[in-house]
Amino acid sequence: MKLKTIALGTAVSMTVAAAAIAAAHENMPAQIVARHGLMTVISLNLGVVGDMARGRAEYDADAAKVAADNLAAVAGISQELLWPEGTSSDDREDSRALPKVWEDRAGFDAAWDDYGTAAAALAEVAADGSDALGGAMGALGKSCGNCHDTYRKPKD
Amino acid sequence: MRRAVLVLALVGALAGAAGLWVTRAEGLAAGDIAALAALDGDAARGEEVFWAAGCASCHAAPEAAGDDRMILTGGRAFPSDFGTFVAPNVSMHPESGIGDWTLAEFADAVQRGVSPSGAHYYPAFPYTAYALAAPQEVVDLWAFWQGLPAADVASRPHDLAFPFSIRRGVGAWKLLHAGRGHATPGADDASVARGRHLAEALAHCGECHTPRDATGGLDRSRWLQGAPDPGGKGRVPGLAPDQLDWSAGEIAAYLNDGFTPDYDSAGGHMVSVIRNLARLPEADRVAIAAYLKALPDG
Repeated sequence: MKLKTIALGTAVSMTVAAAAIAAAHENMPAQIVARHGLMTVISLNLGVVGDMARGRAEYDADAAKVAADNLAAVAGISQELLWPEGTSSDDREDSRALPKVWEDRAGFDAAWDDYGTAAAALAEVAADGSDALGGAMGALGKSCGNCHDTYRKPKD
Repeated sequence: MRRAVLVLALVGALAGAAGLWVTRAEGLAAGDIAALAALDGDAARGEEVFWAAGCASCHAAPEAAGDDRMILTGGRAFPSDFGTFVAPNVSMHPESGIGDWTLAEFADAVQRGVSPSGAHYYPAFPYTAYALAAPQEVVDLWAFWQGLPAADVASRPHDLAFPFSIRRGVGAWKLLHAGRGHATPGADDASVARGRHLAEALAHCGECHTPRDATGGLDRSRWLQGAPDPGGKGRVPGLAPDQLDWSAGEIAAYLNDGFTPDYDSAGGHMVSVIRNLARLPEADRVAIAAYLKALPDG
């Protein structure tokens, strides 16, 4: 009985959470949802290699390689369709993309390419041990930071 | 009657002179300068001071990356409530930069905010923090500076609103806010003490993470407890233990690779700060984390 109640409670709260997420996304253009999704895929996979590089998780060559390959694969997704006009932080509360993305599209695309280069380099060495992983992580972190420094609005 | 006017004029002139006197630009004491001159500079240690103090974050060209951040061309703009400050050229170029300065002039600038010609620098230059640096660190830094490249690019003027455009006013500001020592009491723990020195004297974390009062000085009662972003984009987060719930290890790792515990990346000006701190020994980043964890709750 008690277990059933808990299960029901969990199911209800999950439904409520899902509804809340759906509501939050209801008016969000698909392109913004996709942008946030790409960043979430990146942070999930970074978590795997990052925890190993930081010594928070035991190094596992296979898992590191899978995550690094994912990071490199994400870089292959063209940004062309993801940045329609009217989706900057000036236009919408749910976007942290600064107008500079549109003002300096060439620089923005170059920053995404830099991420791709760093992610490919990480994938190259991911199976070579945690030290190699840590070095390549640092370069990847710089590419994230460089782009966010210029094109992303800080959190309120 | 004529006598009264004369007395009034005299009093007025005296008050003016007193005002000029108290707001004059005063460098280091002669004894301090003599002590500096007696020290030998070590350029390798000076490089660590250079990165810890974040010189390149303001004085490198805005788009510079990697070792180009040691070319101190200046030009980065800093919006504030008082107008826009523009970082000057402090490269080793003798005319466009500071290549012809003496050690004493360098120390006066860095630790007292006084130029070689005896003018005040605006406190966008964090000399109130650098005043806490050790004399040896200043001498080492200047030794390192000698090996930095020269860039022949003219400094751009600040763009400030009246009355902030009058440099003399900085003298009054200094009376209120300069020479106040450390913001937190000393610590017995060696790592916390080292972190305090790095954070308060060199890395000048408080310049962005501590809120300012109406006169533009740091509100030390809310030390590192977060502040509006001076650029008008969001907020600079508070770092007190109840505001930043990351572990000490997570803070130290963030200061090295730029990733938050959930693998978002740093943004804004912090990216540049991390580029500097990543060049320091690991023990220094651990020390800053220990210092933050020892702060009082916000």
